[in-house]
Amino acid sequence: MAVVSTPTTLARALPALDNAEVLRIRNDFPVLDQLVNGRPLVYLDSGATSQNPLSVIEAEQEFYEQRNAAVHRGAHHLAVEATEVFEDARQTIADFVGAQYEEIVWTSNATEGLNLISYALSNAGLWAAQGRGDARLRDLGLGPGDEIVVTEMEHHANLIPWQELAYRTGATLRYIPIEDFGNLRLDQAAEIVGERTRLFAFTHASNVLGTINPVQELVAIARRAGALVVLDACQSAPHLALDVKQLDVDFAVFSGHKMLGPTGIGVLYGKQELLDVLPPFLTGGSMITTVTMERAEYLPAPQRFEAGTQKISQAVALAAAVNYLTETGMDRVHRWESELGQRMVAGLEAIDGIRVLGPAAGQDRIGLAAFDVAGVHAHDVGQFLDARGIAVRVGHHCAQPLHRRLGLTATTRASAYLYNTTDDVDEFLDAVSGVRAYFRA
Amino acid sequence: MSLDQLYQQIILDHSKARHGSGLSETAAPEGASTGLSHQLNPVCGDEVTLRVAVERGTVAQLAWDGAGCSISMASASVLSEMAEGMSVDELRSVISNFREVLRSRGKVHADPEVLGDAAAFEGVARYAARVKCAMISWVAAEDALNQAA
Repeated sequence: MAVVSTPTTLARALPALDNAEVLRIRNDFPVLDQLVNGRPLVYLDSGATSQNPLSVIEAEQEFYEQRNAAVHRGAHHLAVEATEVFEDARQTIADFVGAQYEEIVWTSNATEGLNLISYALSNAGLWAAQGRGDARLRDLGLGPGDEIVVTEMEHHANLIPWQELAYRTGATLRYIPIEDFGNLRLDQAAEIVGERTRLFAFTHASNVLGTINPVQELVAIARRAGALVVLDACQSAPHLALDVKQLDVDFAVFSGHKMLGPTGIGVLYGKQELLDVLPPFLTGGSMITTVTMERAEYLPAPQRFEAGTQKISQAVALAAAVNYLTETGMDRVHRWESELGQRMVAGLEAIDGIRVLGPAAGQDRIGLAAFDVAGVHAHDVGQFLDARGIAVRVGHHCAQPLHRRLGLTATTRASAYLYNTTDDVDEFLDAVSGVRAYFRA
Repeated sequence: MSLDQLYQQIILDHSKARHGSGLSETAAPEGASTGLSHQLNPVCGDEVTLRVAVERGTVAQLAWDGAGCSISMASASVLSEMAEGMSVDELRSVISNFREVLRSRGKVHADPEVLGDAAAFEGVARYAARVKCAMISWVAAEDALNQAA
């Protein structure tokens, strides 16, 4: 049943990506071939949402043209075919991140995945108090005196669900501060994550700073404290080779639309021994065994966490996206994007009045750069770039506490993907160098 | 539409020389009836705190403090310059006209006879994401008027 993905050994044998190869890749992305305000589109907003190759668009269309049916029910031909491609897609994702098939849960997006963990954990406390479910639930619930730890660089999606979990359970939320250049204070992490810590949630790569966090060190700190680890992989799964087993995290989440897939689908990875005992978050159809008028028994993971009609065409299309990435080779993607990220930072730092957030040029970062332009608001910067056909993100990028920490309310962010050339970066840098003069800053 | 049609000279001028800015250092005229409003756009962080002082049915002073993009700051400056000396009814009617133009997606043209310098913001109507920037101080003024008048 498993879809055979291209072995990584083959991908490794491919030469590094370069502009010529990227120009060939671009041909697979129809949306990139257009004029915006009379200029060829330069799309540098993949950190917000990425574009889809034809193979992804066709996978979704083919599903609707040939196989559309509800999954996991019905004995007819289409229902069987739809179930097969839906579950094949799960295997493809599992292979992509080094997980087992049963450990991959479909969600609507990464935000839903994080809320799922948050609610499953508070339900664990409720169940344990009533003597319901597996005995191990007694160790998973949280209460007063327990602590949840996050970091100062989190996206709101990896902050607010934990604030609310703390509110529901009486636990306390703490955070690891950052240094001015955007690295986590590891010395403080070792002090803050302690015996009271039950859960440590942090991002793999910052959507604002571009910092790649030292996951293994952070996991080691959590293990010493006996805390569960939740990894926000939204900015890593699309851009570098991710292996959840090697990193030894308990949970990880990521979004389909940031990795060449469609919107409306995300992935939650959870260690099997945890998913097997955790209570569900959403309840209803498709996730039960026996239902009476009084109560219900639930299916094992992953179905236990997939209530209601699933995101079938999106799952199939996401598998096509993952196949595209695997065939290109995640190590090649990572190296190319690092190069683009470094080019952005070096170029931005050379422009008067620009302050780049996060690691300085030469330091590790993913292929994005957020920056402040002295005397010009980010919305004006974005508008100026848009007039030249350049798409970037402006605002707080769903990280208000991080911006407040850096003394800013809004910044401009350029984020690259495997379809961006060095010319894209140079166009962008050339445009940014004209911003302050235009706005008389 | 070109960038220069959006960022007209009047807008760029007012975004730098901000009329009526400095609320905290400006006292309201003695005996005037005042209203204060704070508006925030959570999407971009644009923020305006604005006070209207009304004397005998006339806007005696419109002072504000704010932080934000050039369009939001210029629009507060233009509003402040225009509003002082207007009757409360006149200002309400200008605000309502400004809103109609801004929300029309470019279908309703600005009449300089009615809107004065604020007619320069006509181009903003074509950029749905920026309409709130231009409106923020006008919404604050409307709110403050309701308290003062």
